[in-house]
Amino acid sequence: MNTNEILETINMIDNENLDVRTITMGISLLDCAGPDPDAAAQRVYDKICRYAQDLVKTGEDISREYGIPIINKRISVTPISLVAGACPGASPLRFAKALDRAAHTVGVNFIGGYSALVQKGFGPGDYALIESIPQALSETELVCSSVNVGSTKAGINMDAVAKMGKIVLETARLTADRECIGAAKLVVFCNAPEDNPFMAGAFHGPGEPDCVINVGVSGPGVVRAAIQKHGGGCTLTEIAELVKRTAFKITRMGQLVAQEASRRLSVPFGIVDLSLAPTPAIGDSVAHILEGMGLEQCGAHGTTAALALLNDAVKKGGVMASSSVGGLSGAFIPVTEDAGMIAAARSGCLTLNKLEAMTAVCSVGLDMICIPGDVTAEIISGIIADEAAIGMVNSKTTAVRVIPAIGRRVGEELDFGGLLGQGPVMPVNTASPAEFIARGGKIPAPLQSLKN
Amino acid sequence: MEKSEKAVITVIGKDMVGILAKVSDMCAKSGINVLEVTQSILQDLFVMVMLVDMARSSMAVAELAGEMDALGQGMGMKIHVMHEDIFNSMHRI
Repeated sequence: MNTNEILETINMIDNENLDVRTITMGISLLDCAGPDPDAAAQRVYDKICRYAQDLVKTGEDISREYGIPIINKRISVTPISLVAGACPGASPLRFAKALDRAAHTVGVNFIGGYSALVQKGFGPGDYALIESIPQALSETELVCSSVNVGSTKAGINMDAVAKMGKIVLETARLTADRECIGAAKLVVFCNAPEDNPFMAGAFHGPGEPDCVINVGVSGPGVVRAAIQKHGGGCTLTEIAELVKRTAFKITRMGQLVAQEASRRLSVPFGIVDLSLAPTPAIGDSVAHILEGMGLEQCGAHGTTAALALLNDAVKKGGVMASSSVGGLSGAFIPVTEDAGMIAAARSGCLTLNKLEAMTAVCSVGLDMICIPGDVTAEIISGIIADEAAIGMVNSKTTAVRVIPAIGRRVGEELDFGGLLGQGPVMPVNTASPAEFIARGGKIPAPLQSLKN
Repeated sequence: MEKSEKAVITVIGKDMVGILAKVSDMCAKSGINVLEVTQSILQDLFVMVMLVDMARSSMAVAELAGEMDALGQGMGMKIHVMHEDIFNSMHRI
């Protein structure tokens, strides 16, 4: 029995916000498809309720028994466009409603997978699903939606990019009376992972098994405390080692929870996603880690380099700690969910341009950023296209989750409450990309050699 | 790995008379065997760590955690009960 190790663990949980961010059950709905849309929606509801009936209770039991906070229990499902495609002509909205009802019945926080994968073109069901997203997100509470518009292998579907600019804007408009929250539940991806347990981008990819348990760990506070405690006078080589060692411990805890949940629910263990996911709580911020490395404020020159070090060290430390790593795995930079980012955005130190550069080295992309409500759909499409291009060329996942703040200007704020947080409306470049976006077509997949 | 039935009880707070007695009394009542105890003073704080065997316990770990938490609050101390596995997995390869 090593007292120091025991006290270290307890300190991490009590004072440094160490937690398991989510246990996400992935459920395949491919066997629910059928020509009768209402019967298919009923099968969707029934299957989710059957598979996930013990998910929340099991999560709470593990949390109590091991003394580890497990914040969210969630469900990801097969992209609904694949299910809805079997009943052409019928509105896919009924599936959104079925997902929402099922999520309420089993008591999870969110259900993800109102999604379409259109990186190479629109399949049956894809277009109708995308068209229905604004209404689906405004009429449901717990449903999350994502659309994959590009990949390194397929290129970028610019018709989908053009469409998604309009969809994001429309989703915000339909929920303007609720802080435009619809747009906070919609992610546009490039290279979307099929086993991501984190919302709003979680879905259960078509290559996944029938049912699987994925776990997302967190712990920016622990990494920051480690740097604060032991990082004085360290070189960056030593900082990277420190982050690796800390990430290892965090991930081991996630692995333990994942295995235990998998055993108790008799569902195969999928992956541990070793992400540093911030929350608006004080001391749970990725920006504060970067500042702890010696930046005056997040957004200063040097931020991208610090984030690159952090992202890589988290992966290296975590990979050895888990038998199976996947999902997004790295450092998230969602502006409204991170106290340090919120402060940096308010002071003007952190700009959209800097965030875009940071997405080239972080684990996801432009995340939870409030933009003025009077932006055009083409500008949003331009943001999505830029972000998708960064992901496509660098063979990494990138995403856009921007929230057009309808009726508000730069400097005003949106407040979503809870883990989604709050943040200032950030200025965007208003020069028009309209003609470029209106061309449509595809940006071809990049060459995988001659890399410079 | 064989499923371990051991838990770690940690007590942190201001030193006072009878802490060990109260905690071990609750263990004894529930059929929990105390295997190891260490205690020390860290920066004015009393810290006690107990390794206990829950194999014959009348309470589950989660239940004991609730009881101990209440006991700790009564004494103005923090008492945690956690399954031994968490420490083994976090600090051992």
